[in-house]
Amino acid sequence: MWVCWLLGVAVFVYCWQRISEATTWFFVWDAPRIANDIWTRATPPRWDYIAQLGRPVWDTLNIATLGTMIALCIAVPVAFMAARNTTPSRLFVRPIALLIIVSTRSINSLIWALLLIAIIGPGVFAGIIAIAIRSVGFCAKLLYEAIEEIDESQVEAITATGASRWQVMTYGIVPQILPAFAGIAVFRWDINIRESTVLGLVGAGGIGLQLQASLNVLAWPQVSLILLVILAAVVLGEWVSAKVRGAII
Amino acid sequence: MTTFAEGTLHTHRELDDMLGQRWRKPRFIKRPWLRWALGIGFIVYMIAAVLTVEVNWARVYEGLDRGAQFVLAFTSPDFTSRGGDIWDGMVESIIMTVAASVVGIAISIPIGLGAARNIAPLPVYLICRGIVAISRALQEIIVAILLVAIFGFGPLAGFLTLSFATIGFLSKLLAEDIEAMDRVQAEAIKASGASWMQWINYGVQPQVMPRLIGLSMYRIDINFRESAILGLVGAGGIGATLNTAFDRYEYDTAAAILILIIVIVMALEYLSGMIRARVQ
Amino acid sequence: MLRLESLTKTYKTGDKALQSVDLEVPEGQVLALIGPSGAGKSTLIRCINRLVEPTSGKVWLGETELTTLNQRALRRARRRMGMIFQEYALVERLTVMENVLSGRLGYVGFWRSLTRRYPQSDVDEAFRLLDRVGLLAMADKRADELSGGQRQRVGICRALIQNPELLLVDEPTASLDPKTSRQIMRLICELCDERGLAAIINIHDVALAQMFVQRVIGLRTGAMEFDGAPEKLTPEVLTAIYGEEDWEATIRKVEEEGEEVAAQ
Repeated sequence: MWVCWLLGVAVFVYCWQRISEATTWFFVWDAPRIANDIWTRATPPRWDYIAQLGRPVWDTLNIATLGTMIALCIAVPVAFMAARNTTPSRLFVRPIALLIIVSTRSINSLIWALLLIAIIGPGVFAGIIAIAIRSVGFCAKLLYEAIEEIDESQVEAITATGASRWQVMTYGIVPQILPAFAGIAVFRWDINIRESTVLGLVGAGGIGLQLQASLNVLAWPQVSLILLVILAAVVLGEWVSAKVRGAII
Repeated sequence: MTTFAEGTLHTHRELDDMLGQRWRKPRFIKRPWLRWALGIGFIVYMIAAVLTVEVNWARVYEGLDRGAQFVLAFTSPDFTSRGGDIWDGMVESIIMTVAASVVGIAISIPIGLGAARNIAPLPVYLICRGIVAISRALQEIIVAILLVAIFGFGPLAGFLTLSFATIGFLSKLLAEDIEAMDRVQAEAIKASGASWMQWINYGVQPQVMPRLIGLSMYRIDINFRESAILGLVGAGGIGATLNTAFDRYEYDTAAAILILIIVIVMALEYLSGMIRARVQ
Repeated sequence: MLRLESLTKTYKTGDKALQSVDLEVPEGQVLALIGPSGAGKSTLIRCINRLVEPTSGKVWLGETELTTLNQRALRRARRRMGMIFQEYALVERLTVMENVLSGRLGYVGFWRSLTRRYPQSDVDEAFRLLDRVGLLAMADKRADELSGGQRQRVGICRALIQNPELLLVDEPTASLDPKTSRQIMRLICELCDERGLAAIINIHDVALAQMFVQRVIGLRTGAMEFDGAPEKLTPEVLTAIYGEEDWEATIRKVEEEGEEVAAQ
């Protein structure tokens, strides 16, 4: 037990040394002054700049919403293929579905955005697709776990009436996972609002583009206003999703 | 018939009245005006949203070629030609993850205790909840930009970003867990005349420990994934190498990096699954 | 009407759930299947409508042999067999009416069932059945708002709306209190009588079985141990089925209760 602790401490100290080696400590000691400097430049925010933020905010909302909807359309079939009790083939289809889930989930939407910008060019469209790809794995994972937890006796009862495969699906399985599905959709939408606000940093549209542009010219009053708008969007998104979840469940 | 469609219950419903009547499933949203308003509003929004998305289809069509190249690159990832950069970036990402997770978890435990209403006094509760709210509202990448501006380029900014994000995530969940714990067990310890520290140690800790370990493992997983993007804004880690690879259209190198990330995330997930199974 | 010929089921684990069971059920006969847990009662019922695939043997429903049917024909055959479940197995998030109408799924097409546009005759029949079991006022409630006894009545309606020739009933009273158990058993037997249905009722409670059915089958480790009238269930027979125990009390209690019920 003590060996484990000792080992842990040693690893941490080593990591810390590596970080401090790579740091220019002169800048760090100077940090309070710089932070203070940035703060005085950034306040007050440049309020009249807000007139130019309408369109970027609208784009951000669209990236999150459309991205979530595309993701759900793909995630549903993937989830059914990945769940042990509904997969058409355990040896062949299920591993592929699980691979899709794990690979889309492990990679951040910013990286997907980078990739898509290299492929299809910068813009809102790349942002939508990036958000969609990132969300597929997330939604499909939660959904297939919900499918695996359904009550099989209800499915059995519907099968016993002589219902077809698709009827068993719509009567026996879908009603059981519908609440989980709605919850997942709203939850992911909330996360996507957050993520789409920063996608613009790499050129994938939305309010992040304005943030990047303002940072490049060191227009700190604009930066602070944009950050406030992002904060408001995030809080609003969380509020809406909490309301909708409350209404569904 | 209208009342029936709205699902109102009549105690004296006669069979004869019902026979021959059409049956419809009761609506999910009972008020018709609200149902229509929501439906139409949604359609209008969708049309407006789709119309305002500008897609340069010619550019997308050209891109399909490069997309295919990228997919092909996954079959022959190139780990060697930029092997040194990849290795340095990965090590830096892992180091940032480990250090930030240790510090973040260590700080989030007292803040989590303070943010639980049932064990903390009101002023402490408000301060801790405030810290949690700020940390959760700001995305990692924005915090990283500000910290890079303040502390300069390098892994220190990344390390601080991840620690800060860990605090918001873990403290909130820990606090919720403590608030939901079994009161009786904790009160039994208090009744025996224990001091505050003893009470936390014997009454609270055993109840929340398994979940705390599980959540910490999950957060390590998230920290690693996030550390992969911090390099985009100069906060250290593999992100910078990845960004360069995309800029130079070196898809085989990019594919190699992505495969490494996926493999490490999978390994972490497997590990955390094992640890969680052991503690629960 | 229903004939099982050396029906055998061996699970992948090697458990022999059914060992060559032969059984013939004439039209309109209500039959109770008793036996200890794990004797294969549930498996027998599920092998008949092939929710569990039998390993070998034949199942004749009228003139049709079920074990060799393809999926399409099996669906048609399943329409002729209504099934009632232990934990009701209602789709909890659907309304009572939808649950009852789901019994018609074998008859209506996919789109009709998806949009809930059932033929008027089905809707009327559903209302009649709900009225018969006293739940007409509950038609638009969600199934998970109902009590256990009410849910089982909905389950019965769902089975009957299939217009079956045979009812397969799996532990209908296992999760109900004694009074509701009797009401449900009586309801099932009355309905079978009204409609001339045959039924196989799989039941734990020997006393309850004796009270309502015309014939009892005892199953032990997948083989038939007893087949006869309920009065013929002697302590010796019960020992053969369940093992050594003082059975006098059980049987005597049944007789007293039987009188009580008759007196009501």
